[in-house]
Amino acid sequence: MAILLIAEHDNKILKPATLNAATAASELGACGMGDVCVLVAGHDCASVADEATKINGITKILLADSAQYQNALAENMAPLIVELAKDYDAIIAPATTSGKNILPRVAALLDVQQISEITKIISNDTFQRPIFAGNAIATVKSLDGKKIITVRTTAFAAAGSDGNGIVEEISTGDDFGLSSFVRDELTKSDRPELTSAKIIISGGRGMGSAENFKLLDAVADKLNAAIGASRAAVDSGFAPNDYQVGQTGKVVAPELYIAVGISGAIQHMAGMKDSKVIVAINKDSDAPIFQVADYGMVADLFDVLPELAKALE
Amino acid sequence: MKALVAIKRVIDFNVKIRVKADGSGVETENVKMSMNPFDEIAAEEAIRLKEAGVVDEIIAVSIGNAAAQDVIRTALAMGADRGILVQSENEVEPLAVAKILKFVVGRENPGIVILGKQAIDDDANQTGQMLSALLGWAQGTFASKVEIVDGGARAQVTREIDGGLETISLKMPAVITTDLRLNEPRYASLPNIMKAKKKPIDTISVSDTGVDASPRLEIIKVEEPPQRTAGIKVDSVAALVEKLKNEAGVI
Repeated sequence: MAILLIAEHDNKILKPATLNAATAASELGACGMGDVCVLVAGHDCASVADEATKINGITKILLADSAQYQNALAENMAPLIVELAKDYDAIIAPATTSGKNILPRVAALLDVQQISEITKIISNDTFQRPIFAGNAIATVKSLDGKKIITVRTTAFAAAGSDGNGIVEEISTGDDFGLSSFVRDELTKSDRPELTSAKIIISGGRGMGSAENFKLLDAVADKLNAAIGASRAAVDSGFAPNDYQVGQTGKVVAPELYIAVGISGAIQHMAGMKDSKVIVAINKDSDAPIFQVADYGMVADLFDVLPELAKALE
Repeated sequence: MKALVAIKRVIDFNVKIRVKADGSGVETENVKMSMNPFDEIAAEEAIRLKEAGVVDEIIAVSIGNAAAQDVIRTALAMGADRGILVQSENEVEPLAVAKILKFVVGRENPGIVILGKQAIDDDANQTGQMLSALLGWAQGTFASKVEIVDGGARAQVTREIDGGLETISLKMPAVITTDLRLNEPRYASLPNIMKAKKKPIDTISVSDTGVDASPRLEIIKVEEPPQRTAGIKVDSVAALVEKLKNEAGVI
């Protein structure tokens, strides 16, 4: 049998998270689970299927192109995946908000207990996953026949792009009419995406206001960094929700993470402690963030940020 | 319409958890337990819908041992009308929880079910989606705004997604899972805590629901993650930039 990977995309381009999940799928394939196929379900999304042919380790791309998949509504996506599932031993998706929305619905319809956000594959039925905001790592063995898995993207490298898969158009399912898309308000930014950026600079409650939060921009510009935020900063309205790094926001693991005015709550650290190098700038020398920081600076961020922007020129 | 709110008793979010020495799990003896924070948001949202006249009765349901009554009492003190405890001595996995909740939905016939998007212990983020699938209902996950429109026929739900916000329209009845910014849960006042003691809690067992809750995931071991250690302090921006360039090599 084989593995089915659910591609995430915006009907034009593939989201990078798909590539990390592809690596996990290939690892699982190497455990004797067979070939990896990718499902591209969307509307007018042939360009995504084309792009998917290049993912390393993918043999076949199933293209389901129909209006009811345009916005990846779980109520329409899940029955399509369930229909395909009979030919697969494992179904994998990145643990993005879209993957988290759709896959448990698939799992329930197939009577399978999903394994969420795996960080390591031990064998074809045994996986590691973080629990308690990453303060413990559980090794779990799935007793179900099929494996339904979401993948923590920071734990797997992105797959390369010298693949040569083939595209097969498949028949599409119904629009079940349970839900419909109304609108979205996506944050427009020329900066790298938070989950795939090499450098991230994040602000916390210490930034003080939405106005002050913009002080991060100058440093981010110099470093080509993505901008993140702690939950406290988002709750206070300093930054939009999609900036949030933490247990319930985005999990990131860049080369360099600069935490500015962030005290280091358990749930924030859960989202960034796998970063390669962590810098903390905080005027409170007792802030827990310093316990995980490679380089700490006890100072007023309002002095440091302009100086840092200047030093990086 | 009735609202059903599902709540879980978990280790309090402020507690630094300890992994058991034998690797079998996490220490829960003598540890402060509370309602899962996302479930508090779920209870609050149901109460606001009742205050807005959309919902007329709120039922709080929890699955767990007898101590799970505590979180039901908390929900009752916040403003839920009655509770249901589905008693289980064992951990119940999300799929089985969803099946048990489906049984409760069949008995109570709510027009809306509101759950936290994830429990902060197993971090699974599955139960609401699974319940919605088993019921064949629409799902509005990671909600930051919920409006019941068209005279109760539809829900308009704004969701927190990776790129920002998305608004979808759901046919009712529907399952909603809550994200952080949906509301700020109220504290129960002392008079309401006293009143909650008189509100009814119906206790049933998992076997009453007919659900096979035997685990599908075997826990092989639970261990501490690799620990990071504190590095050094630098005393100037110049020193920081020098370290990042020449020592860490990341800029």
